[in-house]
Formats: sequence, C-alpha cells, structure tokens
Amino acid sequence: MSSLLRHHLFWPVAALIALLVANTVARPSFLAITVRDGHLFGAPVDILRTTAPLLLVALGMTLVIATRGIDLSVGAVVAVSGAVALSHLASSPDPDSPVTVLTAVGLALALCLVLGVWNGFLVSVLGIQPIIATLILMTAGRGVAMLITGGMITTVNSVPFKVLGSGFWLGLPAAAVIAFGVFAVVAFVVRRTALGMLLEATGINPAASRLSGVRSRTLTWTVYAASGLFAGLAGLLISADTMAADANNAGLFIELDAILAVVIGGTALSGGKFNLSGTLVGALVIATLERTVTVLGISPLVTPLFMALVVIAVTLLQSPRMRERLMAATRRPVAATPPEPQPAARPDSTEVKAR
Amino acid sequence: MTTSAPARAPRTLAGVRIPTRLDRRYLPVVGTFVVLALMLVVGGTRYENFLTPAVVSNLFINNAHLIVLAVGMTFVILTGGIDLSVGAVLALSTVVTAALLQAGLPPAVVIPLAVGAGTVIGLAHGVMVHYFQVQPFVATLAGMFFARGLCFLIAPESIAISNGSFVELASWVQIFGEWKMSSSVLVALIVLGLAFLALHFTRFGRTVYAIGGGEQSALLMGLPVARTKVLAYVVSGTCAGLGGLLFAMYSRSGYSLTGVAMELDAIAAVVIGGTLLTGGTGFVLGSVLGVLVLGLIQTIITFEGTLSSWWTRIVIGVLLLIFVLLQRVLSLRRT
Repeated sequence: MSSLLRHHLFWPVAALIALLVANTVARPSFLAITVRDGHLFGAPVDILRTTAPLLLVALGMTLVIATRGIDLSVGAVVAVSGAVALSHLASSPDPDSPVTVLTAVGLALALCLVLGVWNGFLVSVLGIQPIIATLILMTAGRGVAMLITGGMITTVNSVPFKVLGSGFWLGLPAAAVIAFGVFAVVAFVVRRTALGMLLEATGINPAASRLSGVRSRTLTWTVYAASGLFAGLAGLLISADTMAADANNAGLFIELDAILAVVIGGTALSGGKFNLSGTLVGALVIATLERTVTVLGISPLVTPLFMALVVIAVTLLQSPRMRERLMAATRRPVAATPPEPQPAARPDSTEVKAR
Repeated sequence: MTTSAPARAPRTLAGVRIPTRLDRRYLPVVGTFVVLALMLVVGGTRYENFLTPAVVSNLFINNAHLIVLAVGMTFVILTGGIDLSVGAVLALSTVVTAALLQAGLPPAVVIPLAVGAGTVIGLAHGVMVHYFQVQPFVATLAGMFFARGLCFLIAPESIAISNGSFVELASWVQIFGEWKMSSSVLVALIVLGLAFLALHFTRFGRTVYAIGGGEQSALLMGLPVARTKVLAYVVSGTCAGLGGLLFAMYSRSGYSLTGVAMELDAIAAVVIGGTLLTGGTGFVLGSVLGVLVLGLIQTIITFEGTLSSWWTRIVIGVLLLIFVLLQRVLSLRRT
C-alpha cells in the first residue's frame, strides 16, 4: 500500500478517477460509448478529442521543462499557427483542394518551427533565462498573429482542413489520433533511446553534462524547436475545430494549462527527471475537469476556481514537505529505520517506477 | 576588466569618479531612462502637443495601477520568485470593491477589505512557496485561477460604481498649472516611496536582496529568510489589491475580466526596468520607468493614428528583447 501511495502517478491518477466517478454519479450514462456511423461517440471520446491540443503542447512543454527550461510562448504560437493556416486557405481560390490544405499546414508548421528555433537560439546560444526568452515571443506573438490576420477573425470553409479538428479516422476523432500518435512516437524515441537520459542530464546539471560529452546546447535548441512545432500542430487542431483564426483568444492560457498538466503529472519545474506518462494523465485530468464542471451543471465561468482547488491539492500533496509527512505516517510501524531523505527531495523520482 | 573600467565611467556622471561596481549596477536603469528620454524626444519632434504636461500627466493617471503592480512584483522578483496572479487579484479587488459598494457598505469599510483580499492571497502564496516548497510559478498560477474564479463567483457581470463618496474620492484631482494629479497617482507615488524606503533603508529590504543573491547564503548568515520571503508575496498581493482599488477608481466599475494578461505587463515593466528575473539585482524606480516606457509606447501608437493596436505588443516584445540582450551583455562582462 505504501509503495502504491509513493508511486509518482498515484495522486494524478487518483484525481482522474475521482473526477470520472463524480461525473458518473452525476450522470450515470457518462462513461457510455456508442457507435454511430462507424464512429465512436460519448463523453470519454469527447474528452480525448478536447485533450488533443493540450496534450501536444504539454508534450513539448515536458521536454522543455526536462532541460530546466520553460516555454511561455506556446499560446502565442498556437495563435500564429491558426492565423497562418487559415489566412492561406482564405486567400487561395480553392480552399477545398488537398494541395492547398497541405500547403497551409506546411506553412503554419514551418513558421512555428522557426519560432521554436528562435526561442531555442535565445536560450541555448545567447544563454537568456528561458522564462524571459519565451516571454518575448509570448508578448509579441499575438501581435504577429494579428498582423497576419489583419486584426480580423479569419473564417473559412475547407472540408479537408476541418477534418483535423472535428473529423474521424478509424472511428476515433482525428485530432485525438494525431495527438496521441505524436505522443506515442515521441515517448518511444525519448524512452527507447538514450535521448531521454541525455535530456535529463542536461536538466540536472548543464555544465556537468556538457563536460561529459552531452551536446547540451543542441539538445536544448532541439526541445524548444520541438515545442514550437507541437504548439503549431495544436494550433492547427484548435483552428480546424472552430474554422476561425482568432489571434486574441486562440490558445489563450494554454501555456498555463500545459504547465499545470506537466506539474500535475509529477515533473518538477526545476528540471531533470521527467515523465511523459504523468503529463498524459495531467492533460486528461485538466480536460476531464473542464468537462466535469459542465456535467455537474456548474457555471463554466467558475471553472478556474475548480482548477485552482485541484492544482493546489495536487501540488500540496506532491510537495516535498507533505511527502515527508506522508512517508513518516506510513513508516511508523518500522520506526527503527531512519527516513531516507532522498525520495523526499526529488518528488519526481523515476527510480520509484524502476524498482 | 579593470582596464576597460575608466572608459565606461564617464557614462553616468561626468567628472565624478564612481566605483565601477556601482556604475554597473545602475547601468540597466540608466538604459531604461535613456530609452524613455529618447521616446519622449522622438515623440516630441514627430507630433505636436506630445511633450505637454497634459500628456505626461495622463501617462501617470492611466498607468497608476500598473505602477503599483510593478512595485509589488519587484519585491517578489528580487527574491528570485514570480507572481503570476497580480492581474487576477487586481480584478478580484475591483469586483469586491464594486460588489460591496453596491451592497451599500461605506468606502471606509470596503477599501480595507478589497486591499485585504490581495493581502490574504499573497500570504497564501508565500506559505505555499516557502513552507510547502511549491515553485512560485505554480503557486501563483493556482492563485491566479483561484482569484479569477472567485471574481466570476461574486459577479459574472460588470458592476458600475455609483457610491457618492467613492466617486468623489476617485475624481479628486490636484491641479498645478497645466499638470494634474489624480488621487490614484498620489497613492501610486506614496506606494513607490514606501517601497523605495523599505528596500533600501530597512533590514527587510536588505534581506530581500540577500535572498535573491543566494537563499542558502542568506539562511547561513542567519537572516530571517522564511519571514522575508512570505512577506515579499504579501507585499505583492497587497499591491495587487491596491492596484485593483485604483483601477476601480479609474474605471468606476468592477469587472471579472479586467486585468487579463496584466501580469505580463507588470513583469515586462520590471524586466525593462532592469531587474534580473533570477533575483538579487534591480531597483523599484527602474520598474516605474519600465511602466512609463510601456505607457509611452501606447501613447505614441495612439498619436501615430495609422498604426494598429497590435503593434503595441510587437514593440513591447522587441523592447523586452533589447533589454534582455543588454542585461545579458552586462552580466557576461561582470563575470
């Protein structure tokens, strides 16, 4: 029991289950999934779809946070991505042709990659603190998005592009397939090669890892580029869902939601050890929470309050001091062994998983 | 390092030899001041009626709340933390003010309550950050959601303020010739003065700088790290509460969506004012110069007329970049 309590995913998963139970109690049909026209329908499927953009952003954010950084600019990048794609579609004579849609997607992703590379350049080459370096783009990015759309909310009709946001592939929402697919590929690459370990090394001690032959600078640069790219993809999913590029509101606060997802998942903002499975659970918790508020019939305006309470509860439970207390409580029967300070100092410890 | 020092010394005060360390510390603030002066000169030559007392007075009147926010933010950033909640706490304070005044309470009761709401939230941040070791970013982010949610719970719609004595207080203006000063500017200047005194002439202020310079060292020196760190968040929360009061006076209403992204403006002002986000270096007067730079960008874009509003954000971004690069160059030279 105590090892279960100490597992790094215990509290996030407990929160997720609690939310699902609350929903099912409020609306017994909540977990029901039906098949209509060969597509899956139901609240859980819907949650997967709404999680998609957040999951993509949080994925990039996890990698950035692993290198002891942070990327505040993702919300602005989301807005830029939607603005570029929809402006291109709107200005083309035939927005329904697959070639136009592919060009729009390509252009948007390329620009977002450039924005990510720019962040990476500021952080890894010029050595500016990540929070400041990305604050620059966070401030200027929405201005750039408005420059692209000319201050209007660009709307357009394009059947192939709309599929990204609200279409279905293999019976599942296309957005979810894309996001979870990207997540799986990245998780595979990071965890089945040495890349993940090198990222952690960079985050734990950049200087030491550089001296021992890790190319920290390239790695840091890469994670910011990846974060920009993933945010761009998320921007495409969001703008395809609404078919409107709103430079002011697209992806508003998504950087905060993504950071929350990462923190709820047990990755410490101080860098180093990260866990992608935690981020996945964190993103699901946030999406389910938003859903719960509507299911319970609470005004959606009060969502932030619930978010705050959940965040405060989860972060306090994960805080080193609280863990120490919990551990002391569960260890009382074997009082002879002194409590080891190591797990308490690093709440994001993945050794727990390995044991 | 020493050979290049005499060449740079005359840049601050001609003829007076200042130790180079002092010189460097003030350089970012001097840089902000130069930018501000340049903007005033450029604006003055480009547009008629730009360099008039009315424009400058309005610069202060329109940004009084932001000055108070930036002053509070400076304390937290000096300790090496950050406070993302100030925009939401400001909104909460405006909503509390408007709702309580609507309920018929006198301003003498409402004003302490509105400011106190900020103080309590600041205290909660401090406790979370120090005693539970939650990262400042996350703790204040939770506070931001909490305050914003509370706003909607109290009043989802905008409430107009019609209380007679409050409106009288809000419209109090002191006129010196062509210059004018509103009550909110007076409050902002008093807050600035108090913050300056607290940072540079009290033990608390020195401890704030010491924590930012190195928390471990401050602790080993026997400084009251816990108390000071919590107090820094309390100061920021209180300033946000007060900022909300000033904003309620300025807009004569309380609305739960005011101050969205205002924390970014406050942080940008502090950074442009030469405070390092790692803590330990910076001045509260610099932050005020930062606010004035941001306000002046807005003014110039209004005067220009043909420029669209989004250029404000782009220009602020570019300015941030320039100042960050400047700070980077300075800190590289130092080491």
